[in-house]
Amino acid sequence: MSRLLRRLAVAGVCALSLWTGAAQAQKQGGVLRITHRDNPPSASIHEEATISTDMPFMGVFNNLVVFAPDAKQNRLEAVVPELATSWAYSDDDRTLTFKLRDGVKWHDGKPFTAEDVKCTWDAVSGKTESKMRKNPRKTWWFNIKDIVVDNPLQVTFHLNDPQPSFLVMLSGGFSPVYPCHVPAAQMRTHPIGTGPFKFVEFKQNESIRLERNPDYWKPGKPYLDGIEYSIIANRSTAVLALESGKFDMNITGELTPELVKDVQKEVPSMQCLVQPSNTQGNLLINRDRPPFDDAKIRRALVLSIDRKAFSDILSRGVYNIGGAMLAPPEGLWGWSKEFMATVPGYGADVEKSREEGRKIMASLGYSAEKPLQLKVSTRNIPDYRDAAVLLIDHMKNVYIQGELEPLDSAVWYARLLKKDYSVGMNVQGTGIDDPDVMFFENYTCASERNYTAYCNKDLETLFRKQSQTRDFEARKKLVWEIDKTLQEDGARPIVYQAQGGTCWWPHVKGLHLAVNSIYNHWRLDDVWLER
Amino acid sequence: MLTYLIRRLLLMIVTLFGVSVAIFLLLRIVPGNIADILFDSAGMIDPSEKQKIIADLGLDLPLPLQYWSWLNGVLHGELGFSYVSEKPVIDEILPRIPITARLAGLALVFAICAGVPLGVISAVKQNTKLDYALRVLSLSGLSMPSFWLGLLILMACVRWFGTIPIYDRAPASIWAWIAMLAIPAASVGFRSSALIMRLTRSSMLEILRQDFVRTAKSKGLSDNAVTYVHALRNALLPVITTIGVETAFLMGGLIVTETVFNIPGVARFLVEAIRWRDYPMVQNLVMFIAVVVVTVNLIVDLLYMLVDPRIRYSE
Repeated sequence: MSRLLRRLAVAGVCALSLWTGAAQAQKQGGVLRITHRDNPPSASIHEEATISTDMPFMGVFNNLVVFAPDAKQNRLEAVVPELATSWAYSDDDRTLTFKLRDGVKWHDGKPFTAEDVKCTWDAVSGKTESKMRKNPRKTWWFNIKDIVVDNPLQVTFHLNDPQPSFLVMLSGGFSPVYPCHVPAAQMRTHPIGTGPFKFVEFKQNESIRLERNPDYWKPGKPYLDGIEYSIIANRSTAVLALESGKFDMNITGELTPELVKDVQKEVPSMQCLVQPSNTQGNLLINRDRPPFDDAKIRRALVLSIDRKAFSDILSRGVYNIGGAMLAPPEGLWGWSKEFMATVPGYGADVEKSREEGRKIMASLGYSAEKPLQLKVSTRNIPDYRDAAVLLIDHMKNVYIQGELEPLDSAVWYARLLKKDYSVGMNVQGTGIDDPDVMFFENYTCASERNYTAYCNKDLETLFRKQSQTRDFEARKKLVWEIDKTLQEDGARPIVYQAQGGTCWWPHVKGLHLAVNSIYNHWRLDDVWLER
Repeated sequence: MLTYLIRRLLLMIVTLFGVSVAIFLLLRIVPGNIADILFDSAGMIDPSEKQKIIADLGLDLPLPLQYWSWLNGVLHGELGFSYVSEKPVIDEILPRIPITARLAGLALVFAICAGVPLGVISAVKQNTKLDYALRVLSLSGLSMPSFWLGLLILMACVRWFGTIPIYDRAPASIWAWIAMLAIPAASVGFRSSALIMRLTRSSMLEILRQDFVRTAKSKGLSDNAVTYVHALRNALLPVITTIGVETAFLMGGLIVTETVFNIPGVARFLVEAIRWRDYPMVQNLVMFIAVVVVTVNLIVDLLYMLVDPRIRYSE
């Protein structure tokens, strides 16, 4: 393991030098103008779980390690150093030591040290009392035993168990290093980082402005003088503004596949990419409330779903079909087509599945004349509502008659927390295409994002086992089985894996997006404008 | 007159007090609060952290205490802090008021300048082709939703002129402001102008049939003098009432127009603040709008006297 990781570290350094060496024709100057979809809840990446905060503020910060900006797929092999210059595992893979870059300064002029690293992960792992209002990714860092500052330029993470994904999680856009000396409240309104861009201004519902950090530790970078995000709540206006040339690109993943086609038809030179948005539509079944405390009814409900119909109707067949893990070829850990066919409810013959569902329901006394009646709760926004309407239609096939209950966003999670629902249609995203992120964030008994409170201790043991498995293929096999069990148990049946589009004008150069995450490529220190 | 003014001002205070109680209570009746929304963006709820936020913001205090704290602050010029931006409410609202005021002002000017003359022409040229065309125009103005009209305008601008008239940064001069807000103002003012046009037309038609108009004509006055000096002045009274009412309705139209044209004004900000359950922001913004509406209504009532000297409020 450690030999493999050392090799990866060397490969990472090589990749970094290649990446920096490729900087030849870049032009300095200009402001990149991006349309933003809504008002970010705050500027503090560690406190939020939305692209609305992650994308505009990622350029303010640096990570210890990061996915190489030109890596097409976010994976362990693509991890390169950033504020760390190198890393090394101990022989038992339980200790991970980072050597840190010397001479790096925070935007307020104070020096970056190992204390900042310790302080950040002590806070996000819940080891110290933090002034953060929210800590949505605490479960990511379950394996941290202790963090030790060896000297100002070296820090060591002591882990409870070996965890190959630990580096992957450190590399995401949601894992920036925060300054110890800046209060959490200020990080929400005026963040200080070490990154290529300094925060200038965040006008509520209007704009976010960043300017070039002249003291950035990467010589000659960034190329841009600044970045401006204009918050345009109306999607039609945003698309027209992009087409008119007033903006250089749109916030990532915001355009539907249909809108992308429309944009490219109007502006044929526009560069667009439709990619998985790391969000999935899934079913929340309240297993504590009758009749869904009966596993048979849960199974019948799951068997009614025609996933292909969801994909066809919601996206003209663009959305992926898969389990909890993102489907290949974009996803690293998703089922193969052959394996997927073995999972109940995923077979090609939907009518056969529904027939099985009807039999189950009939055995419990339900019929077309006497259906099970329930409410399908969902957030009152189009992505959720459309899927819920389709679900209600599908449920009829197994004698379940649903009534749509659209809920205001303000009460949605409160209702989930109180378990005040029977069936819910949910859309949810994860930051990194990785089993540790997916399973520990969403399916462990103690996780706050485990909305259905699905708790399977045996499966949790398997979560830990896969997390410690070093061999990629062996781990993938285990991940597939875990994912299959989750779907069979109706833990949170996945209905579709969404895709979203990002478009930018051809004069925006050096922009690389990964196919399996929308959250991790927004440092933008390599981007330049060729006007 | 003075007695009337004092009575109206006292009535204004009572109205504003009623509005303050209503908005305070209504906001608390709506399910969910800022803590729920903050966790919404994080995709989870930690009950202990949520309780901490509620306590920090004083949302666990008894309602009368919360109300008094807010009212006392307003009376002392302290509007509190936004729950979302954590900045003083006054700093968030103040820069947005002139933007909305300019847009609303321009929209009203457009509505009056287009609505009154076209209404008069339509009445004078009753049952001619011009009248029919103007009636179709006014009917389409009344039936066309302003967001749809706004989007049509934006699409036309992008397709035909390769530009889009939306706000993206503060213009440098007042003329630049007017140029930028002209199209959104026309978009939102179109409905009001249609209403004013129809009302002016029907009011003028009624007045033109009155005896005093016939008398004026028989005295040998020119058509223009009869129409614009005698008839129009008398026909304007109901139009002025409508303009006053439209000013209040305009706020609703502005919410949509500010969203479509991406104008960072008060109206759009209010909707966002409601979505976030940002109580201090919503309460103070609604109070501000209430002050504007009751003031405009008072001005309209006073304008009656100017238009029709027979009206005396003291009697």
